[in-house]
Amino acid sequence: MEKIYSRTKLLREDMVSGFCPGCMHGTIFKMIGEVLEELHMESKVAMVLGVGCCGLAKEYVTYDNTTCPHGRGCATATGVKRANPETLVFTYQGDGDLASIGLAETMSAANRGENFTVIFVNNGIYGMTGGQLAPTTLVGMKASTAPKGRNPKEHGYPMHVCEILNQLTAPYYLERCSCNNPANTRKTKAAIKKAFQNQIEGKGFSLVEIVTSCPTNWGLDPLDALGFLEDKMLKEFPLGVIRDKSKEEA
Amino acid sequence: MARQFMKGCEAIAEAAVRSGCRFFAGYPITPQNEIPEYLSRRMPEVGGTFVQGESEVASINIIYGAAQTGTRAMTSSSSCGISLMSEGLSFLAGARVPMVVVNVQRGGPGIGAIQPAQQDYNQATKASGNGGFQMMVWAPSTVQEAVDMTYAAFDYAQRDRNPVMILADGVLGTIMEPVVLPEPRSAEEVARLKAICRPWALVGHNPETEQRALVDSGDWNTKKMEQKCIDNAALYESWQAEAQAEELFLEDAEVVVTAYGISGRIAKSAVKLLRAEGIKVGMIRPRTVNPFPAASYEKLDYGRVKAILDVEMSIPAQMVNDVRLAVKDRCPVETCLHAGGEIMGRREIMDAVRALYR
Ligand SMILES: Cc1ncc(C[n+]2csc(CCOP(=O)(O)OP(=O)(O)O)c2C)c(N)n1
Repeated sequence: MEKIYSRTKLLREDMVSGFCPGCMHGTIFKMIGEVLEELHMESKVAMVLGVGCCGLAKEYVTYDNTTCPHGRGCATATGVKRANPETLVFTYQGDGDLASIGLAETMSAANRGENFTVIFVNNGIYGMTGGQLAPTTLVGMKASTAPKGRNPKEHGYPMHVCEILNQLTAPYYLERCSCNNPANTRKTKAAIKKAFQNQIEGKGFSLVEIVTSCPTNWGLDPLDALGFLEDKMLKEFPLGVIRDKSKEEA
Repeated sequence: MARQFMKGCEAIAEAAVRSGCRFFAGYPITPQNEIPEYLSRRMPEVGGTFVQGESEVASINIIYGAAQTGTRAMTSSSSCGISLMSEGLSFLAGARVPMVVVNVQRGGPGIGAIQPAQQDYNQATKASGNGGFQMMVWAPSTVQEAVDMTYAAFDYAQRDRNPVMILADGVLGTIMEPVVLPEPRSAEEVARLKAICRPWALVGHNPETEQRALVDSGDWNTKKMEQKCIDNAALYESWQAEAQAEELFLEDAEVVVTAYGISGRIAKSAVKLLRAEGIKVGMIRPRTVNPFPAASYEKLDYGRVKAILDVEMSIPAQMVNDVRLAVKDRCPVETCLHAGGEIMGRREIMDAVRALYR
């Protein structure tokens, strides 16, 4: 029989994933590994991991990576990329990391048009620390620090990172994706690939937002979490390309 | 080599470039703006990178990234800006990434005064961030010394894979003095210094044939994390042998003035004038404040030394605690202090010495 699929070599085989059942980080890291292999960038990559559940991946991947202070991914990546422009640099950050504590670093790097890629995983909650309110938490959605749910009078409204970044001139490519079904998962992979290619071609700042579920901290089993993701999260965070300058150039 | 007339901040910046520094990120703050301004035009000339970060928090983390590639990197700031860098410094030290940080101290706490002070001694030498990490801290008292220390700091940083601090102040940053600059390292030498870092650096290793790099300040494995702490502590301990101090007239001194940085320089001229009056006064000027040169105080003949006068532009005094630890109650340790941007006067030091000498 012909082998038509094999596991990416960029994830260690001798590690058992610590991600919760139904978590999509594992799928995303798998796709990143596949894309890096397809682009033949395995030995040119430097990943900057944010602080959050994604931090577990530092031990799962086989390529160079660093852990930086909570929220500072885009600053650290600026340094790595500018010092070694030939490496493929990407950050991997959650919504608390990127849009709360790291908002200044994210906005400023995007505004400078830094030539690296951001993989932004939006699960609407602080996963690692146990389900606290995030800038992206939906109105009415419960969090461990908002037990009655997000109340706009007190907490404001969910933040739309791609749309905010779309106000800036420099960013090259902004797309919001999800991994809720096979079709969207494939689109996510294509978006990651496009974002990496943009960087290889020196186009500047690309960000791929991936709307995901967090069954553990949403208090739902994985299938119900998927339902919540589709019914609620994707209504608030509609999928699609928000900015693609390659289209403008064409 | 030719002597040049240079402003302290610019001389520090040029010394960094000559030592092979090829990356600078920083955020404007007085009295050190001439460092980023100088490097914004100088870095491109040598193929280096200058980034004005959006904050000190961002700047130190940009440096954290740049230095991880093995590139010699530096940032500078002043007092409250250094506080914002404490997060990044802790990560740099925790992940054992070399770099140089310059603190051109101003008055504190808080926003303090933009004028010169020495109010950050404890922060620099004891706890520049969380986690009990330490840096070598060099304290220049002249522009020439600032140049020489900055040039050497990059070598210490690379040797130890640890941040090194230059603890200057607003006088040194803004004063103009003649200096002899060290020879610039050649492009080949700079490339060689970077290449040495490759095994641990974030350069994109081949996962099939090489050990991948993980630049990380933490470890979930408590045994491994403990080992990291033990290794770090051993590094800090190893610096003891490298403590440096300028010692003056200690052979017969009955009063010893001790001061670092700009206070040390002012104290030195006071001590020389007092000597001319026949007063048996000596001086210990720490050139490294971490490691602290305790041995210089250990050598003193406490049968003869009546008192030590600690001179600092900090209220409360800070270095005095290290001096007292070194002196171990063998003689009184008094202080002569200013703060808030008020600069120490030579005459005040002389009066204080005379009072102790009687
Ligand atoms: C300076 C600092 N503050 C707080 C924390 C604690 N902390 C760790 S992860 C995290 C939130 C992560 O949430 P998110 O970025 O949404 O990622 P997720 O875990 O959901 O994937 C926080 C607050 C920290 N590590 N550092």
